[in-house]
Amino acid sequence: MLTDLAWLLVALPLLGAALLLLGGRLTDSFGPLLATALSWGSFLVGAAIFVSMLGSDPGERASSIELWNWVPAGSIDVMAGLLVDPLSMAFVLLVTFVGSLIHVYSLGYMEHDPDKRRFFAYLNLFVASMLLLVLADSYLLLFVGWEGVGLASWLLIGFWNHNPAYATAANKAFIVNRIGDVGLLLAMSIMLATFGTLDFAAVDGGVAGAGEGTLTAIGLLLLLAACGKSAQFPLQSWLGDAMAGPTPVSALIHAATMVTAGIYLVVRSHAIFEGAPNAQLAVVIVGAITLVYGAIVGCAKDDMKKALAASTMSQIGYMMLAAGLGPVGYAFAIFHLITHGFFKAGMFLGAGSVMHGMDNQVDMRRFGGLSTAMKITWVTFGLGWLAILGVPPFSGFWSKDKIIEAAFVGEGWRPWVFGLTALIGAGITAFYMSRLFFMTFHGKKRWTEDVHPHESPLTMTIPMMVLAVGSAFLGLVLATVAPIGTWLEPVFGHVEHHEPVLPVPVLMAATLIVVAIGGVWAWLTYGRDEVPVVAPEGSALTRAARRDLYQDELNATLLQWPGLALTRGLVSVDADGIDGAGVGGLARWTERSSSWLRGAQNGYARTYALTMLSGVVVFLAALWVIN
Amino acid sequence: MPPTVPAAFEAVDISYWALSPMIVLLVGAFVGVLVEAFAPRGTRHLTQVVVAVGSIVISLAALVFMTADEVGVTVGGTIAVDGPTRFMQGTLLVFGLLSLLVMADRLGGDTADALTPMGAASPGSELEAQAARKGWSTTEAFPLALFALAGMLLFPASNDLLTMFVALELLSLPLYLMSGLARRRRLLSQEAALKYFLLGAFSSGFFLFGAALLYGYAGSIGLPEIAAAATTSTGEFEGLLLPGVVMVLVGLLFKVGAVPFHSWTPDVYQGAPTPVTGFMAACTKAAAFGALLRLAYVGLETTRWEWHMGVVVIAALTMVIGSVLSVTQTDIKRLLAYSAIAHAGFVLVALISFDRSGVVGVLFYVTAYGISTIAAFAIVNLVRERDAEATHLSQWAGLGRKHPWLAGSFALLMLAFAGIPLTSGFTAKVAAFMPALEHGGRSGVVLVVIAVLMSAITAFVYVRLIVLMFFTEPTGEVTAATPATLSLTVIAVGVLVTIALGVFPGPLLDLAEQSSVFITR
Repeated sequence: MLTDLAWLLVALPLLGAALLLLGGRLTDSFGPLLATALSWGSFLVGAAIFVSMLGSDPGERASSIELWNWVPAGSIDVMAGLLVDPLSMAFVLLVTFVGSLIHVYSLGYMEHDPDKRRFFAYLNLFVASMLLLVLADSYLLLFVGWEGVGLASWLLIGFWNHNPAYATAANKAFIVNRIGDVGLLLAMSIMLATFGTLDFAAVDGGVAGAGEGTLTAIGLLLLLAACGKSAQFPLQSWLGDAMAGPTPVSALIHAATMVTAGIYLVVRSHAIFEGAPNAQLAVVIVGAITLVYGAIVGCAKDDMKKALAASTMSQIGYMMLAAGLGPVGYAFAIFHLITHGFFKAGMFLGAGSVMHGMDNQVDMRRFGGLSTAMKITWVTFGLGWLAILGVPPFSGFWSKDKIIEAAFVGEGWRPWVFGLTALIGAGITAFYMSRLFFMTFHGKKRWTEDVHPHESPLTMTIPMMVLAVGSAFLGLVLATVAPIGTWLEPVFGHVEHHEPVLPVPVLMAATLIVVAIGGVWAWLTYGRDEVPVVAPEGSALTRAARRDLYQDELNATLLQWPGLALTRGLVSVDADGIDGAGVGGLARWTERSSSWLRGAQNGYARTYALTMLSGVVVFLAALWVIN
Repeated sequence: MPPTVPAAFEAVDISYWALSPMIVLLVGAFVGVLVEAFAPRGTRHLTQVVVAVGSIVISLAALVFMTADEVGVTVGGTIAVDGPTRFMQGTLLVFGLLSLLVMADRLGGDTADALTPMGAASPGSELEAQAARKGWSTTEAFPLALFALAGMLLFPASNDLLTMFVALELLSLPLYLMSGLARRRRLLSQEAALKYFLLGAFSSGFFLFGAALLYGYAGSIGLPEIAAAATTSTGEFEGLLLPGVVMVLVGLLFKVGAVPFHSWTPDVYQGAPTPVTGFMAACTKAAAFGALLRLAYVGLETTRWEWHMGVVVIAALTMVIGSVLSVTQTDIKRLLAYSAIAHAGFVLVALISFDRSGVVGVLFYVTAYGISTIAAFAIVNLVRERDAEATHLSQWAGLGRKHPWLAGSFALLMLAFAGIPLTSGFTAKVAAFMPALEHGGRSGVVLVVIAVLMSAITAFVYVRLIVLMFFTEPTGEVTAATPATLSLTVIAVGVLVTIALGVFPGPLLDLAEQSSVFITR
C-alpha cells in the first residue's frame, strides 16, 4: 500500500532540517535548494497517497500505520503511529503544497541573508512538525508535533534576534503558547485517567462511556490549547508581534498552517465536543468574539503585516465558530481553512513583495499607488483581496458564505446572535481589507523619498501567481466539482441538511450587501480621499484598536503583575525561610561540624594510630556490651 | 572440630590455569625487575610499559578464556576462584591497565612527569637534580605496580586468613613505596609514604592477631572451617571469636578507608603521585572489598549477629564523616580522598545486607566507582599551573572556559560521584541501597536513609566544583598538560563507561548477578 509510505512525509523534511543544522557551513551552498527539494518531495508523496486514496472506496480511505511501540509502560502502551484519513490528507496537501511554494519564494526573499541555511532548516523543521501534528494517531504524538511547530515558530519569529524587540516577540509567542500547551497536557492527563489511552480511535470509542462533566473539562482544556496555537481570544496577543519574523514565515506559519492547528485539534476531537454541548458552545463564543475582535483591530492598523495578522485572527475566528457548530460546521471550517490558507498566504507573500520593493517598510500610510510599480503583486494580491471579501466566484465566497449560513442554523437565540455576528464580521472584513488594498496599491503616492519600488524576482512572483490561482478558483472547485464535504464524510459522518432561520438567498444577498457597503466605504475614505501620512488621532475605539483593544495592558494587569507579585513572594519565602533558616541553617551546621572534625586530621601519625586503637577498643567494647 | 595434623606431607592439587592471571602478573613483575637491572636507561621506560601492559593484557586474556572446569577451590583449599573472585579480578585488571597507562604517560615540559626522576635520591639533592637533567624517571614503579596488582588479584581469592594476609602484604608493600615517588613536593610524598607504612603495619598487626585468635577459636585458618566452627563449637573458646572477628575486620576496613580507620587516606592521597593515587583509590578499594566480601559472606556469615551491629555503626560513621569532611576541603586530592571514604561507606551498606543482591551491589558499585575515579585522578594529573599540579581548588576556577572538554568530563565524573541519573553513580547507588532496604532489616533502612542524606551533602561538594569550573572567573594561568595522549584516552574511556553504565547498566549487572555465588570447598 502506498499509504504505508506516509512516514516519508515527515521523514523527508526532518532529514532536511537535520542535514542543514548538523552539516553547518558545509551545506551553505546547496542547503536551501535541498530543503526546497525535500519539501516538494514530501508534497509528491502526499499527492501520490492522495491519488491512491481517491481510487479506494470512501469508507476504506482511513488507514493507520503503526510505526513502533513508543511508551510501553505496564498497562499503558502508547504506539507511535500515523493516521492517514481524508481529514489529515487535506492538511497534508495544504501544508506541503503551500509550504513548498513558500520555500521557493524564500529562495528569492532570503537570497541575501547570511543565515539563510539556518532559515531553511527551520522551515523544514516546521513542515516536518506540522505534518507530524496532523498525521499523528494519538494525542501524545500530536503533542510532539504541536510542540515542534511551537519551537519552529519561536525560532523563526526570532530569526533576526539581533533585534531585541524581535527576540521579545518570539518569547511572547512561545510563552503565550505554553499556556495553551498546558491545556493540552491537562486534557491528555484527564483522557489517560478516563479512557486509559490517548489514541484517537480509542478515545472516540470511549466517549460514550464517559460523564458529561469529564467531557466538558476535556473539551474546555482542548479549547484552551486551540486558543493558544490559533491565536483565539483570550490568548491572541502574540500573533501581531509574531510578524517580527521574516514574511515567508508569517505567510506559512502565522497565516496558512500552524495557526490552524487549533481548528484541527477541535475538529479531530469532534466526538468529545459532541458529548459536551457546553464546551461546544464555548468554542462558538470564542470564535465569535475573536472574529469581531480581529476585524476591529484590523481596521486601525497601519502596519501592513499587522493588519493581515489581525485579519488572520478574525478568519480563524470564523473557522472556530464553524467548528463549534457541530456536524453542520466541521466540513465548512476545514473548507474555509484551506481556501484561507491559499488567499492569506498569497496576500502575505504579496506583502513581502511590497516590502521587498519598498526597502522593508510596512507603514501603509507611506505606500499608495503601487499598482503601477508592481503589476504582478497588484494582480495576485487583488485576487486574494477579492477572495477574502467573499466576492463571487472567488474562493472566499464559497467557504465563508457557508459558515455564515451554518451560523444561522439552529433554534432559539443562538442562530440570531452568532449568525448576525458572522454577517457583520463579513462587512467589517470587507472594510479593513479594502482599506489595506487601497492604501497600498491605489490613491496618491506617499512614498518616502529614498524608495524605488520595483517588481520582485520570479522566484517570488511565481509562488504568488500559483496561490492567486488558488485564491480565485479553489473555492469553486471544492464546492462544486470535487465537494470537500463528501471527501470529509468518512471522518465526520453524513450530515443532514438543515435550513437556516432565514432563507439562503436572503442570507447570501445580505452578505453581499454588507460586503459591498464595507468595500465602498473603504474606497471613499482611503481610495478616493487623501490619506494623511501621519495617522490622525481618531476616535477612542480607533485608538483602542491600534493597541489591540488594550489586550497587552489587560494581560499585564490581570496576569503579569499578580504573577510577578506571587513569584516575588515565593522567592522571598524560599530565600529567607527555606534557604535561610532551613537549608542554610543545615548547611552552616554541616560546615561547622566539618571544620570541627577537621581538627582530628592533624597530620601526626601518632594521632591517627591512636584514633585507630580507640576505634578498635570502642568497637570491641560496644559489641561485648551488646552481646 | 579438633585440628587434624597430617601424618605425612601431602602434595596438594594446584590448578595452574585457575592461578594463571596471578602467575602472569608475577612473571611480568620479575621480568620488569630484570629490565630495571639490565636494560639501558634510554629504552627502559618504553620496555617497562610494554612489559607491564603486556602482562596485564595476557593476564586478562587468561582470565577471560579460563574454562568453567578451572573454577573452584584450589591449592589445598587456600584459594577460591569463583564468581566474585573472577569478577573482581577482571575489574582489577582493567583498573590496573587504565592506571598504568596514566602512569606511563610522559607529559611535556621539564617537570611534568608525575614520578620522581630518581626515587633513591634524597629530595633537593644534587643527585636528584642530575637525574632530572638527564630526563630519568622512576621506572621501578611499573614492576612494583605489577606486584601490587598480583597481590590484589589474590586478595579476593583468599580462602584462608593466612593467604589473605600474604595477599594484603603483597599489595601493600609496593604501594607504600610508590606513594613516596612524587616528583614535586617530595617531602610531603615521603611523609605520606611513611605514614601509610606505619599505619598499614599497625593494621596488619591487628589482622594477624585477629587471625591467631580465630585460629584459636576454630582450630583452623580456613574461612569455611571458621564458619563451620560456629555451628559445631562447644563454647570452650567462645570468648576468642569476637576479638578475633573485630581485629581481622579492622585490618580490612583499614584498607577500604572506613572510619575510624581512615585517617591515612587524605594524607596519602594528597602526598602520593597522582596516577598512583588513582591506582590506589580504584584498585586497593576494589581488592579490599573483594576480600571483605569473602570474609563476611564465607567466613563470618554464621556468626554475623555477633558483629553485624558494629559494622553498621562503622558504615554510618564512614558515610557521615567522609561526606561532612569533604565540605571544607580546599585541595582537590584531599576532597577526592574524603569522597572515597564516603563511597566506602556506601559500599558497606550493600555489603552488610547479607543477600546475593548485596554481592551484586558491591561488585557493581566498586567497578563503576573505580572507573570514574581513575579518570578523575587522570584529569587532576593534567591540570597544571606553571608545570606544577594545580591541586588547590582556587586554581580550578574557570577551568571550563579554557578547557571545556576536560572540565566537562570532570563535571560528568562529579555528577556520577553525586549519583545523578544517567550516570553510573546512580545505578550503582540503586544497586547498593536496594539490597539493604529489602534484606537489611531495620538497620538497613536506617543506613539507606543516612546514605541518601549524605549523598545530598556530597552532591553539594561536587556541584560546587562544577560551579567553580564553569561559572567563576579564572584567577591564575591554569592549563592542561600536553601531549597527554594516553591520559586523554583513559579519561575518554572512563567518561564513556561512566555514561554507558548509567544508560545501559544491564549487561554488567547481569554479569555481576551471574558472578555473585561463592564457592567454599
